[in-house]
Amino acid sequence: MPKTHITMKVNGSEVEGLAEPRTLLVHFLREQAQLTGTHIGCETSHCGACTIDIDGMSVKSCTMLAVQANGCEITTIEGMANADGTLSPLQEGFRMMHGLQCGFCTPGMILRAHRLLRENPSPTEAEIRAGISGNICRCTGYQNIVKAIQYAAAKINGVEFQEAAE
Amino acid sequence: MIPGPFDYHRPASVSDAIKLLTDLGDDARPLAGGHSLLPMMKLRLATPAHLIDLHGIAGLKGIRRDGDRIVIGAMTTQAELLASTEIGANLPILHETALLIADPQVRYRGTLGGNVANGDPGNDMPALMLALDASYRLEGPNGAREVAAREFYQGAYFTALEPGEILTGMSIPVPPVGHGYAYEKLKRKVGDYATAAAAVVLTMAGGKVASCVIALTNLHETPLLATDAANAVIGTALDDAALKAAANAARAIMQPASDARGPAEYRIHVGGIMVMRALQRAASRSK
Repeated sequence: MPKTHITMKVNGSEVEGLAEPRTLLVHFLREQAQLTGTHIGCETSHCGACTIDIDGMSVKSCTMLAVQANGCEITTIEGMANADGTLSPLQEGFRMMHGLQCGFCTPGMILRAHRLLRENPSPTEAEIRAGISGNICRCTGYQNIVKAIQYAAAKINGVEFQEAAE
Repeated sequence: MIPGPFDYHRPASVSDAIKLLTDLGDDARPLAGGHSLLPMMKLRLATPAHLIDLHGIAGLKGIRRDGDRIVIGAMTTQAELLASTEIGANLPILHETALLIADPQVRYRGTLGGNVANGDPGNDMPALMLALDASYRLEGPNGAREVAAREFYQGAYFTALEPGEILTGMSIPVPPVGHGYAYEKLKRKVGDYATAAAAVVLTMAGGKVASCVIALTNLHETPLLATDAANAVIGTALDDAALKAAANAARAIMQPASDARGPAEYRIHVGGIMVMRALQRAASRSK
């Protein structure tokens, strides 16, 4: 099949390349844009490891064609740090609260939490758990991931993070 | 897992999409949100030679009021349904059900049109369309026609869509103010299809059920309208006997497959329970 020339803005930079129609967005990002922070997990739209932010939506990039992202604006984990290179509130939250174990699910978790907090800056714990229900961590539970997102929400809202009593 | 090769088309209008579908014939499939079709293609269970991506057609989006009906463009996503105050105020059962479909990422892409047109018995929205007596707008090489949702489903993945036709929108009569509604869905985990589910829309008068419609998801190869079950509760105060009669009448028409969600007997059993729960919750919400 002939390849199509596509361009997209990824983390603020123009990325262009050739893709077959069947090329999945996650493969284009990893192999053509050389951004391997977006992970390939289940490949069946369940696990959320490939979650990116595209035109204001959280999307599983294993279930979208690269040609469909032509002209779109995308944020991946590589674009999450602050402009000066310091960690963004979510990245800091995942570090401070140890919201990861092996870390494989972390890029997808952070990108999903990024959009969740844009839409709901002060989510309840239940809203956080529902909000990340499309992201699966297979190491352990979600307790610290939830705390990490609560930490980030507090930081973004300029209030002091208070860990709930265990 | 990468799909087999295909040609990609992105028409800008419904007429261009119909022309492509008509010219390319059986080798072409329309692509809506893609969250059913692309996974099937990755597993090579579907191998269309041409994909007609409907995302470039602006006219297929949107939710609008048209007299006493609400018209929803086929490419409206589940997330857009959830964000719509029109839907929240007038068709709250769509809101409730959209929240039970898959997960947030899938809801940003998954469309109402794709959900109802695919003919997958596991999809949640078709039962609602039956319960609400929606009609579908189908556009094809011979023009446009309206087909009642209750006439649309003919078998698993087999619908009234003719070659070259696309479902472009759904038109739903607004239920009466104060109606009760519920979609009860038993599933194994977040994001799963229903083991069994029931949609109920009813009205109450003087403590008794005045009107009632019940529809079932994933309990047959098509969504089912459970007319006898609904008739079993009309005129009653939804006492235990009426609830059990409705569950039994609904069970009588269920023919689910035995699958990973349970043997058929189990799914029929819990299907009846979903009917009873949906009736009770719908009644508790009616005003």
